[in-house]
Amino acid sequence: MRSTKTKPVNGKADHGSLPKCLTGIHGLDEITLGGLPRGRPTLVCGGAGCGKTLLGIEFLVRGATLFGEPGVCVSFEETEEELTSNVESLGFNLATLVKQKKLAIDHVQVERNLIEETGDYDLEALFVRIGHAVDAIGAKRVLLDSVEALFAGLEDESVLRSELRRLFRWLKDRNLTTIVTGERGQGTLTRHGLEEYISDCVILLDHQVRETILTRRLRVVKYRGSTHGMNEYPFLIESDGISVLPVTSMDLKYKSSDERVSTGVPALDEMFGGKGYFRGNSILVSGTSGTGKTSLTTHFVDAACGRGEKCVFFSFEEPADQIIRNMRSIGIDLQRWVDKGLLHFHSVRPTTYGLEMHLVKIHKVIQEFAPSLVVVDPVTGLLHAGTAYETRSILLRMIDFLKERQITAILTTLTSGTAIQEQTEVEISSLVDAWLLLRDIESRGERNRGIYILKARGVAHSNQIREFLLTSHGVELREVYLGEAGMLTGSARVTQEAKDESAALIGRQEIERKQLLLQRKRQALDAQIAALQLDLETEVQESEQLIAQEKLKVEKWEQDRGVMVTSRYGNSGTQKENGRPAATAGKGK
Amino acid sequence: MKTPKFIDNTKAFEAALLAPAMAGVRYTLRLFITGTTPRCVRAIQNLHALCEANLPGQYDLEVIDIYQHPEQAKPEQIVVTPTLIKQFPLPLRRMIGDLSDKERVLTGLGIPRRQLARERNA
Repeated sequence: MRSTKTKPVNGKADHGSLPKCLTGIHGLDEITLGGLPRGRPTLVCGGAGCGKTLLGIEFLVRGATLFGEPGVCVSFEETEEELTSNVESLGFNLATLVKQKKLAIDHVQVERNLIEETGDYDLEALFVRIGHAVDAIGAKRVLLDSVEALFAGLEDESVLRSELRRLFRWLKDRNLTTIVTGERGQGTLTRHGLEEYISDCVILLDHQVRETILTRRLRVVKYRGSTHGMNEYPFLIESDGISVLPVTSMDLKYKSSDERVSTGVPALDEMFGGKGYFRGNSILVSGTSGTGKTSLTTHFVDAACGRGEKCVFFSFEEPADQIIRNMRSIGIDLQRWVDKGLLHFHSVRPTTYGLEMHLVKIHKVIQEFAPSLVVVDPVTGLLHAGTAYETRSILLRMIDFLKERQITAILTTLTSGTAIQEQTEVEISSLVDAWLLLRDIESRGERNRGIYILKARGVAHSNQIREFLLTSHGVELREVYLGEAGMLTGSARVTQEAKDESAALIGRQEIERKQLLLQRKRQALDAQIAALQLDLETEVQESEQLIAQEKLKVEKWEQDRGVMVTSRYGNSGTQKENGRPAATAGKGK
Repeated sequence: MKTPKFIDNTKAFEAALLAPAMAGVRYTLRLFITGTTPRCVRAIQNLHALCEANLPGQYDLEVIDIYQHPEQAKPEQIVVTPTLIKQFPLPLRRMIGDLSDKERVLTGLGIPRRQLARERNA
């Protein structure tokens, strides 16, 4: 088993021990959860022109080129040259593969009119031929296309049937993974009942034309010993082979990013809790016509490209040039991003092909371009290519696909004027993570735009309606005026704002005046305080002077008294002693 | 206008067909078999008897076992065994099966019916 070389496949949940063989065909390995049963035959049946041979050839080519498993193509209908030139347009170069011994083609021709049957026979020679080709290049894969041609070439059907049974048994014994193609019969899977012999895996190809649109479909009718996708899956035959539409994820298991990214409109980021939306979110922008859905989405694109991320813009209504021109009028230059290779436009009329084809195209573009943001403008355009139910399922698959890859999806949807606004025509609101609703607000003979976030999972978003302006430098959001007269927008809001402004001005002036008054009062009081202070100081000075004078007076009096005492009691001991210094002091003076 | 000379086309065609056998042209026959299965052995025996009776000394028979020469099956477009190819005289004819339906084999080989009738009588 070559498990290291395999590319990641969704079907890791398959617990069966049945060994499988990757086909390398886009999407088929997902549906079969890992490919066809290894070492067993698989029947691929379908009507004329539904791509049986192509599927078989691609199985061999991918085996030879991707998985190192050489293959043998046993063609009962077309010659080697025919086959080679038929698949050349798909980029398969059979001649080179044959030269490299990775592929062997054996054209088995059985022409009834050139053969005379003269008795018993068996198909042993065919076994030898296949065996020889297989051994020569060490083949692991075989394509029998289409073995039913033998029924036309040989008369004895009973011999043929038993021989075919033996052939399939023999292929199994040799452990060859085989695709057997068979033309679809009336009421049976194949015209000659090959499904009787090949019971391991049966794949039915089909094409339907509905409303002039062709859709190819593939269904795994049966897969013994393994689970598989049961539905009809649309597929495409494109310039590089078959691609089966990848399945709707069977389980919801994608990772969620914690990264928040800017919408490109600062005020809108503000509404998204100040940080913008989560990377990988799917964001629905709905609104009636002319509410600015496309203009808003280009902001997302512009912002993403500005961060150096890649974007793809799927437009179902306008050609790329027109979008670029129109967006220039609001100051967004998308052309520079296109020139830098960061932005890719995919404009196509919805009616060009069926829904599935659209989805497959979208898938292909996304896989090739690997963007981080995708715009579908508008998803309602797809309604022209199918019914509402189909559109919804397609959108579901698309959203799944984008989420799985962490690609942000901006989906616009057009709501008709009469419809309920908070309901999308295709009812995908429950699938999306965030929903921006654009609406008209009509009042006083004006029509203005309003925007609000109806939901944003995991984001503390604003609950307010903002007025939405398209200016020459992009989208601007304004707070709407909510007053006694209700919500005001447009010129009414401007008038009201002017009124408010003047009222505010008056208020401000009043405050200034009051402040001035207060200041003056304070100055006056301060002056008074200063004067009083001055008074106090004078008073204090005067008082001190008086006190000093009084002190001097008292001293003088005491001195004089001492002199008098000395003079009166000249010999008195204590008095003498006391009086002497006073006398000397007095003398000294 | 000149009337073209009448030619019996059927007669001429038959004569042309039988001419080689009548004229003693050597036949080149190749018989492809897969080993010695009863069916293949039967085919060899049937062919031998037929040739000895109708083309004594007038044929070269090559028996090819494609088990041993598998590479020969593709260029000769052998799908079933046994397959007998009358390589010469032209036209090239292929017969499949164990060659037990003698009448068909002789028609395929282009051997005159007269001879066949003679054989029946004998």
